[in-house]
Amino acid sequence: MRPFTFVRAIDADQAVAGYAREPEWAMYLGGGTNLVDLMRLGVAEPGLLIDVTRLPYDRVEEAPGGGLRIGAAVRNSDLAADPAVRRDYPVLAAALLAGASGQLRNQATVGGNLLQRTRCGYFQDVTKPCNKRRSGSGCPAVEGDHRNLAILGHSEHCVATHPSDMAVALTALGATVHVRGRAGERIVPMPGLHRLPGDEPDRDTVLDPGDLITAVELPPLELAARSRYRKVRERASFAFALVSVAAALDAEDGAVRDCRIALGGVAHVPWRAEAAEEELRGGPATDDAFRAAADAELAAARPLRDNGYKVPLARELIVRTLAELRDGTGADASGGTP
Amino acid sequence: MTTDIERVTGTALDRVEGRDKVTGLARYAYEYPADDIAYVVPVPAAIARGTITGIDPGDALAVPGVLTVLSFRNAPPLAGNDPELRIFSSDRVSYRGQMVAAVVADTLEAAAEAARLVHVGYDAEPHDVLLRPDHPEAYVPEKVNPSFPAVSEQGDVEAALGDAAVTVDTTYTTPAYHNNAMEPHATLAVWSGDRLTAYDSNQGSSTARDMLAAAFGLEPGQVRVVSPHVGGGFGSKGTPRPQIVLAALAARAVGRPAKVALTRQHMFAVTGYRTPSIQRVRLGADASGRMTALAHEVEEQTSTLKEFAEQTAVPSRMMYAAPNRLTTHRVVALDVATPSWMRAPGECPGMYALESAMDELAVACGLDPIELRVRNEPEEDPESGLPWSSRNVVACLREGAAWFGWAGRDPAPGVRRDGRWLVGTGVAASTYPARRRPSEATARATADGRFTVRIAAADIGTGSRTALTQIAADALGVPPERVDVRIGDSALPTASLAGGSMGTASWGSAVAMACVRLRERLDGAGGEVPEDGIEARYDTADDIKADAAYARHAFGAQFAEVRVDPGTGEIRVPRLLGVFAAGRIINAKTARSQFIGGMTMGLAMALLEESVPDAEFGGFLNHDLAQYHVPANADVANIDARWIEEDDPHLNPMGSKGIGEIGIVGTAAAIGNAVHHATGVRFRDLPIRPDRVLDRAPQIGGRNL
Repeated sequence: MRPFTFVRAIDADQAVAGYAREPEWAMYLGGGTNLVDLMRLGVAEPGLLIDVTRLPYDRVEEAPGGGLRIGAAVRNSDLAADPAVRRDYPVLAAALLAGASGQLRNQATVGGNLLQRTRCGYFQDVTKPCNKRRSGSGCPAVEGDHRNLAILGHSEHCVATHPSDMAVALTALGATVHVRGRAGERIVPMPGLHRLPGDEPDRDTVLDPGDLITAVELPPLELAARSRYRKVRERASFAFALVSVAAALDAEDGAVRDCRIALGGVAHVPWRAEAAEEELRGGPATDDAFRAAADAELAAARPLRDNGYKVPLARELIVRTLAELRDGTGADASGGTP
Repeated sequence: MTTDIERVTGTALDRVEGRDKVTGLARYAYEYPADDIAYVVPVPAAIARGTITGIDPGDALAVPGVLTVLSFRNAPPLAGNDPELRIFSSDRVSYRGQMVAAVVADTLEAAAEAARLVHVGYDAEPHDVLLRPDHPEAYVPEKVNPSFPAVSEQGDVEAALGDAAVTVDTTYTTPAYHNNAMEPHATLAVWSGDRLTAYDSNQGSSTARDMLAAAFGLEPGQVRVVSPHVGGGFGSKGTPRPQIVLAALAARAVGRPAKVALTRQHMFAVTGYRTPSIQRVRLGADASGRMTALAHEVEEQTSTLKEFAEQTAVPSRMMYAAPNRLTTHRVVALDVATPSWMRAPGECPGMYALESAMDELAVACGLDPIELRVRNEPEEDPESGLPWSSRNVVACLREGAAWFGWAGRDPAPGVRRDGRWLVGTGVAASTYPARRRPSEATARATADGRFTVRIAAADIGTGSRTALTQIAADALGVPPERVDVRIGDSALPTASLAGGSMGTASWGSAVAMACVRLRERLDGAGGEVPEDGIEARYDTADDIKADAAYARHAFGAQFAEVRVDPGTGEIRVPRLLGVFAAGRIINAKTARSQFIGGMTMGLAMALLEESVPDAEFGGFLNHDLAQYHVPANADVANIDARWIEEDDPHLNPMGSKGIGEIGIVGTAAAIGNAVHHATGVRFRDLPIRPDRVLDRAPQIGGRNL
């Protein structure tokens, strides 16, 4: 690991100014559950680490216009346990609890979770090429191991997926990300924070160097009270999603009044299923309509040699989750009790 | 020996070092202190095959605190017969991740940073790291591990298959697996003149001492290996690994104690793994299900450095009666690290294939799979003709069926649905050889009424220290609280290593007999312990040479219930039951842990674990525990192990068979067979991942979307 300087910021001005003094080498440190690993692996080599977990962004509170304002330093465990989140945005609590392990969720922050890097094996191994890590060095995953990589929105330069569960729920909910940069504060909508790889896969997000996430705001969204998160992974716990879906549904008298759908594990970004939502709104809340909506979304899928299974899996999860929301039935991932 | 009423063997005695372990007092290799320790970080090869053209240590040496950079350029030659341990002996690279250099520094941080600044130039050559069917370089080795013929033939298999009323001809594949013990391979090496002490994580301190002595041209008496506590090995710490040589080499180079612990990523490269396998099994039976032919043909890999030929088809030589039999092994030397020992080498992958094929034969014959196995029980070991010392596989199957609720099972596949789940059950048999190796032990009585037993045994988390305490207590006729068992140090009487499920049988034989001798001496002394104590020593070498000829094996039966969601590819295992016949069980608590631990690893083999080779760059791709999936608690629901007590007089003074490995044998087959029962589809390539289920979903009946 490269030697580095560690400082702990006490307010945002200090953090942003500190970054500005060492823009080539500075990085913000949240819970460190991903960044410290990447430093050990040599993937991240900050010369200056600015700890932002002591900034006054550790509260979940009602937003001025309704909705919830979540501080960027709130720990994942605390957010998942927040009564307002559990009541009004159950999809977010479920997504958080589907991620990582209890110990990691205790440590991980909201801001850090949004900015975690892909777990593509080539990205994490500095002895191999990777366009995301070293621009222009190539993407071995296109022809190599990509069983758990993208089916949507990828490019010839990068087929990585975004690993966060929380971000999938935030994308479905249409959260906004509050950012403090050198030019002051601005608001970035989700979707919109993360970007597709194109020919610049080294850029995960639209943020500029030195931008600091201070909060995430959830809009008031009545239908979010009926929302859920469903994740399929290779082990029953403590694994990244093969495919996940975050969905909210407002259906009455057999018709869809409104809905929100986002997919995880399928793209370089948490994938908002806008085509599916469009297909559903105002139409019947039937299994057939759900299937047609899923197909509308997945028509754009371009699976790689070994990840074609994600297309039927995403379709199945969309249809099931919507049907369960409509019927008020439970999703049981445990296999039932013996 | 004492009467049964007083016996402590068989009880669920708590681990004697349990308190030390849970309070952190138990010291593991990397935790040993020494003055002025230097830290060592190895540099792994970045190519899979080729030649090192240059090593530039300049930038590394410039890092403050760096003492030296070791490589083939400056390291002294090592002796010994294991090329994996003769590190830095040449400019050749035989696999990605092989140690090509190492940095020694004042701090771990400096060593780690400098290791990345050692610039190694390579002349890379084309490499081949993929085992595949009919590889042009595959050959029949002279023997398979440890010393079995690679090929065995009885009768005329081809003719018998041609004449059989029912045949099965299938091919199964298993991927590479890594042992993944929790404690990494780690060593602190301390030289004092020409004497070397290594605090090391291994499965046998006597074995490690002998290897170190050979490597450095020393007498065994000049080397001491200390390993009282070891955080798992699963076979990967049986053969000494390069970190112990590296620590000793570095310590000698800088004239200070030197410490090394491998990273998890580097463990995937240099600490061994189970070979992948391609296994064709052909079975022929008459209309009643009696087998007339059994052929088991295996292809697997070894390295270009040395031959390691896993004995995968060997269990097919003894498991079932069949007058015509063929077993073969072919290996191909790839540009990979040498495969090595992993829990139940041979039996684990081999019985997966055989027991899956038996299930396919049961279906083809229209027979219950338990009944098929009962009909093919051999009266004696089919190949050797030797009598069984004891064989209770049928009892395990029958008792297990009763406990599991097998009776009335509808054999029809793919018809049981519970909500989104397809439900099925499966069974498979288990076996593992019961052997023992020569060991020595001493037992000493002191005037304070206590007893000390000494033997260089290893407790790698299995509970062997506790089991030996029980064995000694019974042999001495005293409560276990009065017995101190000293193990894990090569300065103690020489012992075999913890492997091949032979530890307790080998060490227990020496301990029991040393204690019997001590009691005789005590009785001779009128029961009084002299002021300076009294001691007896026993070496089992002659006893073992004189062991009568029997086929000695433990047996078992594994039952699984699975649930498969054909829409998501998810598989859950709500119930797993293992029933084992393994002689006398010494400790009911640690034995249960061993059994269910093995079964959990077998569950993982069925559904989760695999080491993915990197065809383009060599080595393994998923070289950490985020990518290599060992089971989480959520994967293991209701798991139970039971046993049938056997009274087998042909084993050892305890009447015990090994229990460390049989738990993993057959589990994956039972789960795979249950997946077939649930879905009607055979998945013959492990692990049965969600993507594999989804890719074959159209063949699975009953999808409701």
